[in-house]
Amino acid sequence: MKRFIGFVTKEFYHIFRDKRTMFILFGMPIAQIMLFGFAITNEINNVNIAILDKSKDDETHKIIKKIRASEYFNIEQDIVNENQIESVFQKGKVKAVLVFETDFIKNLQTLKQAKVQVITDATDPNMANTIANYVNSILLNYTQEINKNSKASHLIQTQTQLYYNPELKSVFNFVPGVMTIILMLVSAMMTSISITREKELGTMEVLLVSPLKPFQVIIGKVFPYILLSIINATIILLLGFFVFGMPIEGNLFLLAFESVLFITTALSLGILISTVSNSQQTAMMLSLMGLMLPVILLSGFIFPVSSMPMALQIISNIIPAKWFIIIIKAILLKGATINVIWKETLILVGMTVFFIVVSIKKYKIRLE
Amino acid sequence: MSIIVQNISKSYNKAKAVEAITFEVKEGELFGLIGPDGAGKTTIFRILTTLLLANEGSAIVAGFDVIKDYKAIRDSVGYMPGKFSLYQDLSVEENLTFFATIFGTTIEENYDLIKDIYIQIEPFKTRRAGVLSGGMKQKLALCCALIHKPKVLFLDEPTTGVDPVSRKEFWEMLKRLQQKGITILVSTPYMDEAALCDRIALLQKGSILKIDSPENIIKNYDKVIYDVRTQNMHQLILDLKNYPSQYSVYAFGEYIHYIDKSAGFNPKDLAAYLEKNKHSEIEINISRPTIEDVFMDL
Repeated sequence: MKRFIGFVTKEFYHIFRDKRTMFILFGMPIAQIMLFGFAITNEINNVNIAILDKSKDDETHKIIKKIRASEYFNIEQDIVNENQIESVFQKGKVKAVLVFETDFIKNLQTLKQAKVQVITDATDPNMANTIANYVNSILLNYTQEINKNSKASHLIQTQTQLYYNPELKSVFNFVPGVMTIILMLVSAMMTSISITREKELGTMEVLLVSPLKPFQVIIGKVFPYILLSIINATIILLLGFFVFGMPIEGNLFLLAFESVLFITTALSLGILISTVSNSQQTAMMLSLMGLMLPVILLSGFIFPVSSMPMALQIISNIIPAKWFIIIIKAILLKGATINVIWKETLILVGMTVFFIVVSIKKYKIRLE
Repeated sequence: MSIIVQNISKSYNKAKAVEAITFEVKEGELFGLIGPDGAGKTTIFRILTTLLLANEGSAIVAGFDVIKDYKAIRDSVGYMPGKFSLYQDLSVEENLTFFATIFGTTIEENYDLIKDIYIQIEPFKTRRAGVLSGGMKQKLALCCALIHKPKVLFLDEPTTGVDPVSRKEFWEMLKRLQQKGITILVSTPYMDEAALCDRIALLQKGSILKIDSPENIIKNYDKVIYDVRTQNMHQLILDLKNYPSQYSVYAFGEYIHYIDKSAGFNPKDLAAYLEKNKHSEIEINISRPTIEDVFMDL
């Protein structure tokens, strides 16, 4: 026990004395969550648009007023003819142009239909899509309003309800995602680097020629990172809860248990990486390429797994982060209990055991 | 016997590192492995400290087999690798405490063993190991290797990169440790340090050329060596190499060492030859052979 405490103390000295490590451990989680929370977002807010109103009647004015009143759009300018459309897009000032046809009110009253053209700048396709949808829904809303008095013959009305995230806040997606990335990064990359550093500096040689058993060395190296990862997970959840209003519906103990489980999975992956790499650089490249990219791309954090090609969907199953994101979203947003997520939990446990067994098999008690 | 090495061979991907090495180190002996870089010194150390497995042969350290009982060896030996391998970001004291702890002991418990050495670095005990001078680093590393009172101490090139004064101090320390009954296996590329060992093995290209005490090795050397010196040393080497009966010529400190093939060699003939080749201030004296001379001849 004394040996273990001595080893862990030494490990904490390393961590606290290295500015870079400290930054990755504590600066990055906060920076990432802030970035994703505030800057990188799928929601649209105050998007600049231009209006080409060829009719300028009561009806178009009402619609424009409605659009102006929404917080989504900001009417940057009014343009007077079609030639200007191209030029305002070129200047990049606006993301969309709304064109009302001539005799809008007349067409609406006589033909019972009038046309609005929505032109969007699709250099950012997601954005363009979202804008078009928002405009559509505002117009639909308005149509329903004016139809209220007249009797429309047949009409199917859709009533959409968004469960668990009614306002479609992207933070609800990003907090679990960032938490997964950070835990993966801290646990896997930092441990694999700290173990390979001993190899690189030659101190591993001295540790090997000592009464310390391999698992004592490994546990001593890993233990501080378990503590730090737990602190990190707590910081991220607190930030999500207090700053972004992320709900925490589920049981806190279950949340803590699942987080520690995922940290252990990531740590065992880190140990595995350190057993196959001899330099800090290799360990870092392996962690970044082998862990970070799949976590970001295939875990369903940014791109939904269900819309991936079959091959990638199959590959995504072997990525621990995918399962953790499912688990944590279920706990945070739906208040899921273990009865719902036992399958995912079991998969993570299985992966962890597998990584640990392979690491122990691969751990070298000698130099080669 | 403290260390018994029998017929050890080791190669890395077909490149032979050491071949058929056999030697023994007595209890309480200060034994030196002498040889240039690449002679296989570090490989022998790593095999004996259980870090590498030999392809052939067997070895016993402190009564334990290096393969079967590797755990027992790791408990009872001290090892100081060639590269400085302490934690650079830990202070002197933290390093020492750490190594004491992992060996299940404390600094206080074995303080008298390291006292002589530690006293010299104690004024800097709060300083990070990374900023210590080369000599200090080695003293600290030695303290760390000694803190658990090992039966056998392995020191791989402990004085490489250390200034001459610190080197001398370091060897004095080894002598004192030896008196405390610790067997020491040390390697060095410096021939002048060889004379300080009880016995040495001269090592080259993975093979042992000779094992004996330094005195015997010098005593048994049968050739006469001359110190030669003139005003133009560079030209002197070239001219000596052209002397018909020359056996070997090499620079040695401020002199050129010259050995002749023939038994009836007369230094005066050589002086006359050098004068003819426009050398002046010619000095030719008989030199006392050193380990380095013996090594150059092997």
